Order: sequence, then C-alpha cells, then structure tokens
Amino acid sequence: MSATATPLRPRRRPPLAAAESSLLLGHGRLPRALAGTALAVLAAVWLLPFVWAVATSVQSEQDAASPGLSPIKGAFTTEAYQQILERGNVTVWAFNSFLIAGLVTLITVVVSTLAAYGFSRGTFRGRRALLAVTVAAILVPPQLLVVPLFEQMLLFNLVDTYAAVILPQVVAPMMVFILKRFFDAIPRELEDAARMDGASEFRVFLSIVLPLSRPIVAAVAIFVFIGAWNNFMWPFIVTNDPDLMTLPVGLATVKDAFGIQYAQSMASALLAALPLIVVFLFFQRRIVDSVATTGLGGS
Amino acid sequence: MTTTAPPGTDAAAGPAADRPGDRRRFGLSGRSITQGPGLVFVVPFLLVFVLFLVWPIVHGLWMSFTDSSLALRDTAFVGFDNYAEAFGDPDVWSSLGNTAVFTAISSVPLVLIALAMALLVHSGLAGQWVWRLAFFAPYLLPVTVVTLIWTWLYQPELGLANQFLGTLGMEPVGWLSDEAVAMWSIAALTVWWTVGFNFLLYLAALQSLPSTYYEAAALDGAGAWRRLWSITLPQLRRTTVLVAMLQVLASLKVFDQIYILTKGGPNASTRPVLEYVYDVGFTGYRLGYASAVSYLFFALVIVVSLVQLRLFRQED
Repeated sequence: MSATATPLRPRRRPPLAAAESSLLLGHGRLPRALAGTALAVLAAVWLLPFVWAVATSVQSEQDAASPGLSPIKGAFTTEAYQQILERGNVTVWAFNSFLIAGLVTLITVVVSTLAAYGFSRGTFRGRRALLAVTVAAILVPPQLLVVPLFEQMLLFNLVDTYAAVILPQVVAPMMVFILKRFFDAIPRELEDAARMDGASEFRVFLSIVLPLSRPIVAAVAIFVFIGAWNNFMWPFIVTNDPDLMTLPVGLATVKDAFGIQYAQSMASALLAALPLIVVFLFFQRRIVDSVATTGLGGS
Repeated sequence: MTTTAPPGTDAAAGPAADRPGDRRRFGLSGRSITQGPGLVFVVPFLLVFVLFLVWPIVHGLWMSFTDSSLALRDTAFVGFDNYAEAFGDPDVWSSLGNTAVFTAISSVPLVLIALAMALLVHSGLAGQWVWRLAFFAPYLLPVTVVTLIWTWLYQPELGLANQFLGTLGMEPVGWLSDEAVAMWSIAALTVWWTVGFNFLLYLAALQSLPSTYYEAAALDGAGAWRRLWSITLPQLRRTTVLVAMLQVLASLKVFDQIYILTKGGPNASTRPVLEYVYDVGFTGYRLGYASAVSYLFFALVIVVSLVQLRLFRQED
C-alpha cells in the first residue's frame, strides 16, 4: 500500500492568513462584510448564555429575580459564590471530580499506551483477533452496559465506592486504537539501536516510544479527563452517597433544591465549568489539533 | 509539534507481525513461539476490557432472557418473554418515536450550523481564537452546567427567552412545559452545547483543502459564491458524510440533558428510549426487561448505521 497508511500525518496547513483569505472570499467588499456580520451574530448568540449566567451570578438573589432584559439589574456582589462555598457540598464534589477524573485519566493512559504498544510491536498469537475485537468494541454504546454493570457492582459489593465510579471508565478501546496507529508510524530504527544495546522491551517503550509520543498521549489524556469530568449517567447511577458524588451529579441532585435561587445556581454552574475552561485555555491549540487530526472526542 | 514518520518509512515498515525480523527484536531468535512477546503489555487492558466491557455485554444479554430484578435476588429464565412484551409495549414505541424526533430535529441543524461556522471562521477574518472559543467552549461543559444555564434561560417569567418575547409584545412560551415545544427547546440546547465538535471536524477538513483549486478559480475570475458552490462544498462531501453519521448515532443515544431538564415530561412527550430503560430498570426495578429493551435499541442502532453506510456508499 502507499503512504496513505500513515496516521496523523500533519495534513493541516496553518489557518489561512488574512491576506490569503481572498482565496475563499474573493476580493469583493460585500462577501467580506456579509461573512463578518454573520460570524459576529453567530458568536454573539453562542456567548449570550454565558454572559447571562455570569451576570446573574454576580447579583443578589432579589436583583436576579427582578424582571428586566438588562443582564445587570443591581449592584455587583459575590454573595452567591460565598454562600455556595460556605455550604461545602460543592467543594466536596469538586474534590471528588478531580480525584475521579484524575485517576480515570491516569489508569486509562497507562493501560491504553501499554496495550497499544503491545498491539503495535507484539508478535503474540491472537494479536490480530484481539485487535479486531477491540476495534469492534468502539461501536458498543456505553448506555448498553449500564444495567449489567450495575448488577456487577452489586455483586462485587462496590456500589457507592470510588472504585465503582472509576473502574468501568478506564476501558477505552478508541484510545488504544488511536495510540496504536501513532506507534505504528514511529520508525523502528530508533528502537533497534536500543535493543542492540541490550535494553528490555519495557525500557524501549518507556525511554524511546513514549517520549516520541508525548503529543498524542497528551491529547488522549486531555480527552479522557474531559470525558470523565463530564460523565453523568454512570456516576449518577452508581452513587447515592452525597459525599461521593461528582460535580455534575451533585449539581443535578440539588438543582430542584435551589428553588428560585438563580444567582446561586448560576454561580455553582460557573464554578463547575471553570476547571474545563481553564484546561481549554491552556491546551487550546492541542485540543483543536487533536480533534482535527484524530477525530477523537465525542461523548 | 507532532512527531510523525515520513510517509515512505511507514509504508515500508508495514504491520509488525508480517516482518520476519520481529522475533529477533524481542530477543527470541529462531524458536517457534506460542505466547510471543508483547502480550504482557496487553494483559492489563485485556483484564479491564473483559471485566468491564465483554462481561457486561454477555451478562446483559443473558439478563434480557430472565426476570432479573433489583427487588428480589431469585431470577428465572423466561426465554423471549421480555422481548415479546417490549414489542407490545406502547411506552417502548412512544419513547422510540421521541428518540427519532429528537434525532431528526437535532442532527440537521447540528450539521448545517457547524458547516456554516467552519466556513465563516475559515474565511480568514480577524479574531480566529475568539470565534473558535465561542463555538467550542459550550462543548466542554458538563451536562448539568448546560442544563442549569438553560433552565434559567427557559424560566417561564424571568428567563431571557420569555422576557425577550415580551419586549416584542408576544405571549410567553412554556419552553419546557408545553408538549408541543419541549422537544424543540431540548434540541436547541443540544445544538448550542455540542455543535463545537462538528465545527472542529469541518474546520480541520477545510484547512487541509489544497489552495491550488482556489488559485485556478481566482484566475478564471470566479466569485466568492461560485468558489463556495463549485470548490469548497464538493470537497467537503466526505467530511459531511462522516459528521452526519457520527451525529445521528450520537443523537440516538440522548439521555442526560432530557433526564435532567424534563425527566421525560410533560406527559412523557420528551422521554427518549434510554430514559425508558432507566425508568424500567432503576425506578421499576425490572432489570431483565430493561436489558431486553436496551438490546432491542442496540439492534436498531446497528441497523441504522448499516443503512447509513449503504446510503452513503451508493452516493459515492
């Protein structure tokens, strides 16, 4: 076969520079003005819910509950945030979310990179069949597993434990597949040199293959983290103890309890969103590139 | 920085198992092997894979043939009873219908708006990162955060949506309480929340288009519309097929936002099939029946994917 087998070849060119944009829009004034207006309107619509939520969260409950289209109805106050942090639940849930998403990410990355390396370089019998089964598993909707997984957790006596939330989330056939394709593209000459120097297979994996794969491993880690942080259905089903809940689950259970406290519910929503927005701002380029080159993500 | 092999190297390398040199690389020269090297790397994954994926699938299938229940531990094999019951269950059909409606009214805008966003951002106007952030940021939010924000926007008296209608002199709408409107409100929220992912897929495709066509078109004096219709859109066909297929599969699996926003109401008018599975299994304690319904649904998803593959392949 030909070079098309190469995964992750950087097919992308940098975004069109402003000068080059005439390729798409031509030199006319009108298309440019129309496109600019449409873009601004769409972006404003997409940002509006954020703006509305932020504005509501920094007012008193009375001001938030008074009618009016203007987002700012009264004096600026951080009252809502203080009340939420004082109540304590949100901080416990945030801790749980960090712990659970962190451990899911760590275990998934370790297990998946090892497996991907085994599939890429191994020669054991049944390698192809196992790989085919792994790839087929990508099609299984996670929702199908919820009922039997719950039974399984009952059987193991794990309901309402961190282990029950974490363990079923570390199986990531898609990530194994993406990593394997990346490892396949790494030239073997580098490894051969190390092997001739007497390095063990594990040593080769750790000190040659992994360092070369840092970008894809980071991309996988980011996506596993986002997925675990946002996961709702499984943690919701397997935890009843409020002290074990993650942020999304905890917030859902108190949503109705907030009653008409709009400032507080907006403040808690924004607090829960904050870590991911920070992750995005730090890793923006990497997230965009990895979605682009691997098509991974998806919920 | 992406580390990749030059295309030629990889093509020459080929799959590891096909190359005779491999065994030597693992220090087992000559000997015939049954448990070849590399397996030990795969073992941890196989362990979690079998425990938390293969076993639940097999166990769930078995459960669907039993009267397994959360309430009592004794279970009996009931054959196809659950499946027969599911076929005659009006709630199964209505929740499947709701799922189909949601898939139809969410998928179309999720593809078209993503395409429009990507085309506009790619046209090279200033402020790239602002546009990308605006369109992709909602995708990063946990479902509860999305629903909290939109519950506020849809709030009957104070919500932005109704207050805006008020200033236009229009009657308030029961965004989540009116049976005729609720599913549309949920679809709008879903478009806002998830369009960013499709947008990125389109953007990536646009950025990999060769500029030579455009240069040729510019020489021929083709205008902006002409370039869009004759060059850009035809080149995006493959991406559109991919995005549409992924989107339909994702929309069919809707549960989280509907469960939190409306619990399937009003009058079960927004209850998707996966929520029915949840209701039957975890509220009604009938795990066996819930399994049967979810396996029926899985079969349907497979049929839908096969039909899509067929359709798009024929068109190509």
